[in-house]
Amino acid sequence: MAKLVNGKGESASGNGAVEASKARWEAQFDTSAKLPGANDRTLSDHPLKPLYGPEDLSGIDYDRDLSYPGQYPYTRGIHPTMYRGRLWTMRQFAGFGTAKQTNQRYKFLLEQGQTGLSVAFDMPALMGYDSDHPRSLGEVGKCGVAISTLQDMQDLFAGIDLGSITTSMTINCTAPVALAMYIATAEAQGVPQERLGGTMQADMLKEYIAQKEWIYPPEPSMRIITDMMAYCAKNVPKWNTISISGYHIREAGSTAAQELAFTLADGFAYVKAGIAAGMDVDDFAPRLSFFFNSHSDFFEEIAKFRAARRIWARHMREKYGAKNPRSWALRFHTQTAGCSATAQQPENNIMRTAFQALAAVLGGTQSLHTNSLDEVLALPTEKNVAIALRTQQIIAYETGAGNVIDPLGGSYFVEKLTNELEAAAEDYFRRIDEQGGVIPAIHNGFFQREIADAAYVYQRELENGERIVVGVNDFVVEEEQQISLLKIDRAIELEQCERVQAYRASRDAGMVESALAAFKRAAESGENLMPHYLNCVKSKATLGEISEALVPIFGRYREPAFI
Amino acid sequence: MARPIRILVAKAGLDGHDRGAKVIARALRDAGFEVIYTGLHQTPEQVVEAAIQEDVDGIGLSILSGAHLTLFPRIKQLLDEADAGDIVLFGGGTIPNEDIQPLLDAGVAAVFTPGTPIATIVDFVRRECGKRVEA
Repeated sequence: MAKLVNGKGESASGNGAVEASKARWEAQFDTSAKLPGANDRTLSDHPLKPLYGPEDLSGIDYDRDLSYPGQYPYTRGIHPTMYRGRLWTMRQFAGFGTAKQTNQRYKFLLEQGQTGLSVAFDMPALMGYDSDHPRSLGEVGKCGVAISTLQDMQDLFAGIDLGSITTSMTINCTAPVALAMYIATAEAQGVPQERLGGTMQADMLKEYIAQKEWIYPPEPSMRIITDMMAYCAKNVPKWNTISISGYHIREAGSTAAQELAFTLADGFAYVKAGIAAGMDVDDFAPRLSFFFNSHSDFFEEIAKFRAARRIWARHMREKYGAKNPRSWALRFHTQTAGCSATAQQPENNIMRTAFQALAAVLGGTQSLHTNSLDEVLALPTEKNVAIALRTQQIIAYETGAGNVIDPLGGSYFVEKLTNELEAAAEDYFRRIDEQGGVIPAIHNGFFQREIADAAYVYQRELENGERIVVGVNDFVVEEEQQISLLKIDRAIELEQCERVQAYRASRDAGMVESALAAFKRAAESGENLMPHYLNCVKSKATLGEISEALVPIFGRYREPAFI
Repeated sequence: MARPIRILVAKAGLDGHDRGAKVIARALRDAGFEVIYTGLHQTPEQVVEAAIQEDVDGIGLSILSGAHLTLFPRIKQLLDEADAGDIVLFGGGTIPNEDIQPLLDAGVAAVFTPGTPIATIVDFVRRECGKRVEA
């Protein structure tokens, strides 16, 4: 058994000199010294010791628990060469107003050296409503770009070659509609679906847990997702079908351990669903990817990313019988923590973002979004989004953080914390299993309650001064909000509604009707729905019409509301 | 002894961010108020209907989707139309400073932006919504 401890295979307890030094340090350590507030625990209230040492590595087997980059269980990274071969993808999430406006922003970001696109959709698109639906009033183009029709999608990517860029789309219950629109847009550009690369979030489980954008109940949503996985495995082989997301779980107030555990539990639920639908695990698991938050507790975040890789690899190989190493390797995108940004002294958010981004890089992320300083107030301006991108470029080209692979591997502290986070996640997996799995735990409100509890604990710590947030409850200054914000003109809503209505007026109504009728029959018969989504989109049915069509069959989800 | 102050914590529109609403709901409950939470994705009509049915003294509306300039005034208008203008409408979320005055002008009693201490909100509710209990 390969020991990590001191190179000679000796454990700390067997070394008299080390014991004596440790005793001397303990005698000299001032136990009356108190850290401010809650700083004797991580941001997630995980207990910390003042010092970690060789004894914290006892039990770690290098080969079994860490191994080399690119090798099972991938604790040190999924690629043998990591950033020395290729940097992470710098991917800034963007979308606002109309498709034409967002198209301009994409072109700006690509000119600034961004290497991938990431689409933010507005609330109506995320919930399955067209821009002109009464429920969309006041929401059109606000939180993202307004997309109701295939024409909108074509405008979004006008002049951008979909054969040479990868696109990530943060969309869930309406993900198959967006994918169908994207495929149809690419076809119109002459790019076949086989060549398309990108990622669909399509993680409905975390919607019920944290982000709360849905149409149908969990069970039919899982069927739609497995249909997408099966379709893409065959027809869009380079597409990442699900981006299993902890980001929103963390933003909703979870701890790091909860983010880790709930996200991976969701991942395993998709794997089980795929297997239950008759697919071979290695046919779809290599196309699953992850999306994590990077919060402000630097080492806890790094440990979380490392633990995530190890847990996924172990479960995929040992429990789900995956044989392809690509099914074992957890690839992930990271976004810095929006919830850590402050409206007070917003320029300080640049520093928060930089530390969080550095943690993501030291944790081995495959792609990264850095938040702009003004995102707590509004969608980012061009200037602020450029600073956020430059932050990544400074990490990549100036700090040297990517020059050595997993540079914190072997750190007494980081390895111990990695182990402890893995153990905390395993404990949650047991509790979820005891409830019958992820979907029953959603129905009984388990995740929602755990997250709300953690959010409230944190808020109380903030209120009583145990936690300090610079500029919010300490180091406060009187200030006027002086940064300039991006405004979404209300005229955009009217303009977009007119466009959608003109689109509906221009089409062949009979074609739309027959496409939607076939779509509904497929939903009832259990046939794969994805070709029907494509057919509906190409027949010019709108996002809202396609989404609404299945409500009579699948029902509409209502959340159990509790405080 | 006067009855406890009753507050409806509401999420309107398509916004799914409920962290702030839930934290405020718990904090108001811990402060001794009776709190009812609407759940997500309510229309302005549903919010006002719930407020009247539950006979609340105040509505705390949380909006992080940018739709505040539409939803706050609409709810205020519906309250007035239902002869329930004495119900105190307040709220918070991702709301730029320059939008606060227009909301106050539309009859919103207070707008609390991110980072507001909970004690400030509790004091506001006790003072402003308390008037309706006494009345």
